[in-house]
Amino acid sequence: MSVPGQATHSRRSTEQRAARRQVLIGLTWVSPWLFGAGLFVFAPMAMSLYYSFTDYPLLEPPLWSGLDNYKRMFSDPTFLRVVWNTTAYAAVSIPLFTIVALILAGVLAKTGRMSSFYRACVFIPTLVPLIASAMVWMWLFNGEYGLINKLLAMISIRGPAWIVDRNWVLPSMVIMSVWGVGQGVVIYVAAMQDVPKQLYEAARIDGMGTVRQFIHVTLPMISPAILFNVIALTIAAVQVFAVPSVMFRRPDGQNPAGHYYTMYLYENAFVYGNMGYASAMAWMQLLVVLLLTALLLFAGRRLVHYARV
Amino acid sequence: MSNASPKPGARSRLKGVYFHIAMLLVSLVFLAPLVWMLSTSVKPEDQAASGEIHLLPTPPSSVFAQAADNYSAVWNDRTIRFPLYLRNTLIVAILGVVGMTLSSAVVAYGLSRVQWRGRGVVFFLVLATMMIPFPVLMVPLYIIFRELGWTGTLKPLWVPAWFGNAFNIFLLRQFFMTIPPQLDEAARLDCCSHWSIFWRIILPLAKPALAVVALFHFIYVWNDFVGPLIFLTDRDQFTLALGLQLYQSQSGNTPWNLLMAASALMISPLVVLFMLTQRTFVQSASTEGLK
Repeated sequence: MSVPGQATHSRRSTEQRAARRQVLIGLTWVSPWLFGAGLFVFAPMAMSLYYSFTDYPLLEPPLWSGLDNYKRMFSDPTFLRVVWNTTAYAAVSIPLFTIVALILAGVLAKTGRMSSFYRACVFIPTLVPLIASAMVWMWLFNGEYGLINKLLAMISIRGPAWIVDRNWVLPSMVIMSVWGVGQGVVIYVAAMQDVPKQLYEAARIDGMGTVRQFIHVTLPMISPAILFNVIALTIAAVQVFAVPSVMFRRPDGQNPAGHYYTMYLYENAFVYGNMGYASAMAWMQLLVVLLLTALLLFAGRRLVHYARV
Repeated sequence: MSNASPKPGARSRLKGVYFHIAMLLVSLVFLAPLVWMLSTSVKPEDQAASGEIHLLPTPPSSVFAQAADNYSAVWNDRTIRFPLYLRNTLIVAILGVVGMTLSSAVVAYGLSRVQWRGRGVVFFLVLATMMIPFPVLMVPLYIIFRELGWTGTLKPLWVPAWFGNAFNIFLLRQFFMTIPPQLDEAARLDCCSHWSIFWRIILPLAKPALAVVALFHFIYVWNDFVGPLIFLTDRDQFTLALGLQLYQSQSGNTPWNLLMAASALMISPLVVLFMLTQRTFVQSASTEGLK
């Protein structure tokens, strides 16, 4: 009786030992990321959370100040302005970007030599580094000699001063973001090509035209890709930095309409030396990103159609 | 019946012509900014800043001489040193691409080809870090790198790449999962270690995915503006992204023709790379949507 029991016992312990060995092997393989993320992601996050509750002028050690930094945001007019600018940019550019990307993708999803040529033309602008595209668009938007105003002059419209005029900052930013729509087009084209052909045949038999097929078949079938892309665009829009910080810099300082959240965060940290306040702004940004993602995922649960493959 | 049949055919052909005209216009709109950049880069300064629209300088025969003038002026500028910035960017890009590809592959192997308890947790953590905005890390990273004595060197820009990156790990892991498990089971019967399975079986099979990761990181480095802005202190260490904005910030009078020539020079490696790898490129960009 005792002999088989012992056998199971020893088998179990060898199994356990083997499992433990596997864990060690697994951890060894992922150790580069564990170490790197610990040093470059998790430790910094903990540090900035701590700094956000302190007064930290960089050259002196941080001094505990409780919720002061967080309270300060709501009475800081510059903070409120950059929040407004960033929100307006996200609220206008993301829907427009998505609609243009979907239309272009719908038109270009067909395979064919010309389609792939058009797709390449739409995609090439997304290769241009942000700073280079900021330079190119500053030149196009130039009030006196810019191509856009020259073209407008041909049809006798006097173009605005675009990036200098505070009322035209948002349109400028939105136009630039739509120029980079190729990123979305490529994703949506790939998703559209995975939609089963039989669905379109069925829709055609039901008498649906091209447009109704697009609305009732294509859009629901690719909705997971749309949701993913909208989340990625939101996270990116909240962090917009490089392009506006170069484009809306004027000899007399930043154009106030072209001042965005991350730019102000950067200035607080590295220009004014308010590391504590900058860290509080950073955590606020993280919370907003998490909240927006959760909201979009929640909305997605109702709107997105997940096909079982 | 024989009367009616040519009509819809002709109409649909006409529709096709309209479609292609519309799409050519759309393509033109997307390419126009870059065409205008090139056009400006081969004009003398006074012609670049004029009220008329010409694609080529006047006289058009001067285009090559003027292009040579402008591009060599950018290349040989003493204050904004393009070749030096290019060298710095290439150092960061090459060291970073090698490290990023290798380390992401190693981690992805541990998350796909080794069975162990806790793997799911680590994979979840990897995915979670993708959502963290860089500004949250900006301030403490600056402090960490300053403590390490790395600010003012290129190290903060390439060393972290040697520890993998969540998105690239995710991408490679998804690819490794599609490789049939029988392959390494057979190899293990032949007494191969994990390391030789990784090196001799998985990596050769994953070449296209590895190329995608390398490409993504190269583009990332070419694009990165915030990193160099925070961690570099000395003009001699600037990367192209930082160098380019010097043209604009230096004075009120921007030499637009030179700035456009510099922009064209900065973009050209990416466009060449795109031409060479177009297939992989477009396919890979689309895998972003498959999550």
